[in-house]
Amino acid sequence: MKILVFVNHVPDTETKVKVSGDGKTIDPGGVNFMLNPYDEYAVEEGLRLREKFKGEVVAVSLGGETHKETLRKALAMGCDKAVLLKDSAERDSFAVARGLADFAKEFSPDIILCGKQSIDYDDAQVGGLVAEMLAIPSVSVVVKLEIEGKAAVVEREIEGGREVVRLRLPAVIAAQKGLNQPRYPSLKGIMEAKRKVIDERNPAPAEIRVRVSSMRNPPPKSAGKVVGTDASAAGELVRLLHTEAKVL
Amino acid sequence: MKILVFAEERDGQFKRAAFESLTAAVGIAKSIPAEVIALVVGDGVSGIAPQTGHFGASRAIVVDDPRLGRPSTTAYAKVVADVARRESADVIMMPASAMGKDISPRVAAKLGAGLASDCTALTVSGGNILAMRPVYAGKGIVEVAIATPTKIFALRPNVFAAGPPAGAECPVESIPAELADEDFGAVVSETKSSAGKKDVAEADIIVSGGRGLKGPENFAMIEDLAGALNGAVGASRAVVDAGWRPHEEQVGQTGKTVSPSLYIAVAISGAVQHLAGMSSSKCIVAINKDKDAPIFTVADYGIVGDAFEIVPALTKEVKRLREGGTA
Ligand SMILES: Cc1cc2nc3c(=O)[nH]c(=O)nc-3n(C[C@H](O)[C@H](O)[C@H](O)COP(=O)(O)OP(=O)(O)OC[C@H]3O[C@@H](n4cnc5c(N)ncnc54)[C@H](O)[C@@H]3O)c2cc1C
Ligand SMILES: Nc1ncnc2c1ncn2[C@@H]1O[C@H](COP(=O)(O)O)[C@@H](O)[C@H]1O
Repeated sequence: MKILVFVNHVPDTETKVKVSGDGKTIDPGGVNFMLNPYDEYAVEEGLRLREKFKGEVVAVSLGGETHKETLRKALAMGCDKAVLLKDSAERDSFAVARGLADFAKEFSPDIILCGKQSIDYDDAQVGGLVAEMLAIPSVSVVVKLEIEGKAAVVEREIEGGREVVRLRLPAVIAAQKGLNQPRYPSLKGIMEAKRKVIDERNPAPAEIRVRVSSMRNPPPKSAGKVVGTDASAAGELVRLLHTEAKVL
Repeated sequence: MKILVFAEERDGQFKRAAFESLTAAVGIAKSIPAEVIALVVGDGVSGIAPQTGHFGASRAIVVDDPRLGRPSTTAYAKVVADVARRESADVIMMPASAMGKDISPRVAAKLGAGLASDCTALTVSGGNILAMRPVYAGKGIVEVAIATPTKIFALRPNVFAAGPPAGAECPVESIPAELADEDFGAVVSETKSSAGKKDVAEADIIVSGGRGLKGPENFAMIEDLAGALNGAVGASRAVVDAGWRPHEEQVGQTGKTVSPSLYIAVAISGAVQHLAGMSSSKCIVAINKDKDAPIFTVADYGIVGDAFEIVPALTKEVKRLREGGTA
């Protein structure tokens, strides 16, 4: 089985968002970057598929030189190969998807795994875009994956429950937390990852369709009201919710 | 200008988010003269289509086909793109629901259109539609503009107003689905509903519990309060990872993003990753024994004290109010 995994390199979840001088992007000072958490589930699922069906797992990332850090993490977890589509120019999800789809076409995987969203721009677009560009099916927010011959049977989260979806392979599967428990890289894995060569490619430039005109922090909330310090405050709280906040 | 609104339905009923998208489209049409057209896709949905008129659609297009009875991302995306082309729609709006999130990127790729996902506000400036959307899990808000002639906006559910319904039903035009077998590459084969349980993503009131509750058995009091409020139960990641509550209840960066009118956080510290999922709630109540817990920085009301005493008292007061007494 040829398994392709998309991995993105993003600011970690503790990041404090400070808007940089251009007024459009985040100030990268003091920010730690990591493998996008949802992509970690995708990598883990890819490794599990390889354990079951043999084959290889290739991790690919589109971005600047720093994305190699995330590709090393994917290698350390056990991916066979890593490819950097090297481009530090500004790209929107469509332009990222274009680069990834071009590479996927050449690689012709049996399955593509990615995360449900990058935790920087929270776009949740790339998986579906790539799938449509390749004219293959896709599904997002996946918490369970099974392969049945030439089909994938997945469970995805929807409002009020789950949906079981059957997809023709090859397909793009976008992982949600709950799909699996990602492994920690072993010491051996980390050592081997250091020695592996990361293949570098130059993706074709792509047009930007969605442009950020400004970024700001959400308005700070003014301090709330402490209604009390024990159960006797319950009545007053309900009264405030009813008459002041008008939510009851 | 023409705005095509994908009016999502399930089991023959429109989702509230469909009305929210229609209402948002009507709002745009006040600044940029536009025709608002509803698109209703499914099996046996012709009967409900005229209702979209109450929410501002001047007409509805229905693609009613037994093959569309089970949601199919691939087929639905094709139908939406086909209708958008047929109508030469300038703008497509849809809910950023589970379904909308699956189909919107595919529609964007088919049309070569820019997509602004998970928008929380739309404005018009100089004849252009600008979208606000949260990034970095709500720690930042960006304003984006779409450069392509066709523009797609997916709207976060529960944020935009729906209605109120007014005016007459609208005329409906039925068109056939042009779909071949290969368009059904992904099809839903079964829906497992969390029977009788309210989902946090759609609930108007959420009561969430955290690790401070000490054990899964103590969620009974959270369920009681949620029950009295006719709301849903949510959870922090700590309790989901501990196996006390199912993952679908998790609120936060790696769980669900919610914006109910009332969010009550019980014994939840308010880690950034939790705040990411709920800080856009309209009214936030925190119950925590630690007065310095970060949850109080986003709370509108707080009680600093022991949840084990406060929550049952609160449930009693809510019941009293609901039964018509004065709180
Ligand atoms: C990549 C990543 C993603 C994450 N995603 C999420 C996410 O989606 N959602 C999420 O919630 N977390 C997420 N987290 C975890 C997050 O960092 C916190 O660990 C978690 O939210 C803590 O849960 P908690 O508030 O229930 O527990 P704690 O932080 O342990 O807080 C328990 C609280 O209960 C209070 N308490 C104790 N006893 C009582 C009592 N008797 N009465 C009243 N109060 C009491 C305490 O004062 C304390 O504030 C993520 C973390 C990472 C690294
Ligand atoms: N630059 C990138 N390189 C590789 N994969 C990416 C990149 N951007 C996004 N992805 C993948 O697409 C998923 C959805 O991302 P997004 O649409 O950016 O929210 C992510 O979880 C990744 O798996």
